[in-house]
Amino acid sequence: MNARILTLAALLCLLLQTMLVFQLPIGFYQQPFWLLLLALAVMACVYLMQRLANITSPRSAGAKLSQLLVPALFGFMILMLWESIVRGFNVPLVLMPAPSRIMTTLLNNLPTLWADFQQTYLKAVIAGYLMGCGLGFMTAKWVVRSPFLQKGLLPLGNFMASIPIIGIAPIMVMWFGFDWQSKAAVVVIMTFFPMLINTLAGLKSVDPLHADLMHTYAAGKSQIFFKSQLPQAMPFIFNALKLNSTLALIGAIVAEFFGTPIVGMGFRISAEVGRMNMDMVWATIFVAALAGSLSYGALALLERWLTFWHPSIRDKRS
Amino acid sequence: MQRFKSLTQHTGFAVAVVILALLIVWYLAALWMNGQQLIMTLERTQQPWTYLEIVRNAYGIARPPLPVPHQIAVELYNSIVNQPISSRRSLLYHTIITLNSTLLGFAMGSILGILIAVGIVHNRTLNASLMPWVIASQTVPILAIAPIIVVVLGSINITGILPKAMISMYLSFFPVTIGMVKGLRSADKLHMELMMTYNANSQQMFWKLRWFSAQPYLFASLKIAISAALVGAIVAELPTGAQGGLGARLLSGSYYGQTIQIWAALIMSALLGWFLITMVGLAERWILKRRGAVQ
Repeated sequence: MNARILTLAALLCLLLQTMLVFQLPIGFYQQPFWLLLLALAVMACVYLMQRLANITSPRSAGAKLSQLLVPALFGFMILMLWESIVRGFNVPLVLMPAPSRIMTTLLNNLPTLWADFQQTYLKAVIAGYLMGCGLGFMTAKWVVRSPFLQKGLLPLGNFMASIPIIGIAPIMVMWFGFDWQSKAAVVVIMTFFPMLINTLAGLKSVDPLHADLMHTYAAGKSQIFFKSQLPQAMPFIFNALKLNSTLALIGAIVAEFFGTPIVGMGFRISAEVGRMNMDMVWATIFVAALAGSLSYGALALLERWLTFWHPSIRDKRS
Repeated sequence: MQRFKSLTQHTGFAVAVVILALLIVWYLAALWMNGQQLIMTLERTQQPWTYLEIVRNAYGIARPPLPVPHQIAVELYNSIVNQPISSRRSLLYHTIITLNSTLLGFAMGSILGILIAVGIVHNRTLNASLMPWVIASQTVPILAIAPIIVVVLGSINITGILPKAMISMYLSFFPVTIGMVKGLRSADKLHMELMMTYNANSQQMFWKLRWFSAQPYLFASLKIAISAALVGAIVAELPTGAQGGLGARLLSGSYYGQTIQIWAALIMSALLGWFLITMVGLAERWILKRRGAVQ
């Protein structure tokens, strides 16, 4: 009973804080009294998270809901703190715009942001990602047949993984011009090596027993590849694909710092920083974060769907 | 014959062959790309030319589209040996600037990563609330806003090494957190139960058991973290232009079309990355050897 009252109080406290933040005049933390309410609200968030996290009985509907709710609550807490501090202390826009301000800017500039997204993501990232991952995969498939090439290429691939490949961006801009082709080229090079190394590791991880079994079935080369090697390499390949989805976005945006036409997310970021329009910069970053998270999530879903048989995924389901 | 066969089995030989092949491709590509540019300039000024001349001159242009390895080696030699270290023209000067912010960011990121991992392992609420955000934080292309963080912090008078180190910190804490969470949870069940029969509290459990079971994982993540920290430092240097560093060197090279300078900075950063990872690897060997984990 006590817990219920506390929960209700915590929820009320959160509601009060959220309403006050938007109602009070900006700069309200000059009266330190309101800071007390903020501290209370943070404590309320922590309390709620603790209660939710302690729902232990697995497989119940409540546990699944709490898995979603706890991180959501944490995110809400961060946003609330951010908004309150920016509004309450009247933080200058140059330093940090409030989340509400970023969202308004985002909604007001949708056409610009969409054009940037098209230029950077739909053209450069996707083209480069497909080519880089495709090339890495084909090279791995070709190299895995020859132990000699493996010995020669693996140390080189590991070396390439340790160096900041992003530095290649100015050279690519010089070779392929200012448009999206040069950004795609950077993405190709950045995604190639992780894909090569992971696919190679995956193709080599084939259980010798399975290989023998395929041999006794008198399976042809393509049958062995598609029925034994490829499925067993899938978890490795998806690791590389997920890693590359973030790398590709970073590569394309950073490459735009070295020269672009007047459209693109990297261009928008560097141009608006120059004009100190921080809300626009953050709106662009929000779009980039959204694109990154969504593509990562989509790949994770695809992995679940394609490698449903893998122990790591079966464990999660049961 | 037998000797030759055993030679071909050797890894070093395979690497050498691949590198040689790469060098040949590099020189041919340079001949093609630089030669085309030469021909274009010669035809624009309507001078006569022969293929022999083109081949002879292709490797000696001042700003070639693709510099060849020996040109880069000469530039590296000139900017390292022939310049005093304190000079802005010395590549070593820029490398040290980058190295400083990389190491500071790496240290901060590793400590932050370890602290978060300890919190996640010991506290249920932190595990449920923080872990999804730690993973989500890496799908945000934070590297793209690295230059902004430098500018913003600069506007409140935080300049110099710290803003760059913070980018490195953001990039390097993630692998450490993930590796440490895995490592701290990888303690042998039998050992855990033994500790419980000794009535060990969670602090003793941490310092006497978990910390050691996590070390191999920690070093594997530190290697990833330090190369991520280097990338962060280089990208963070892009907007600071005048202040130096390998990133600034890349940017100024791209502004003035100094391709050889870009490539030299690129090779230098590659060597730096390789050097840092090797250092972490050596530390790993040393510490694990003291524990008798590696022979």
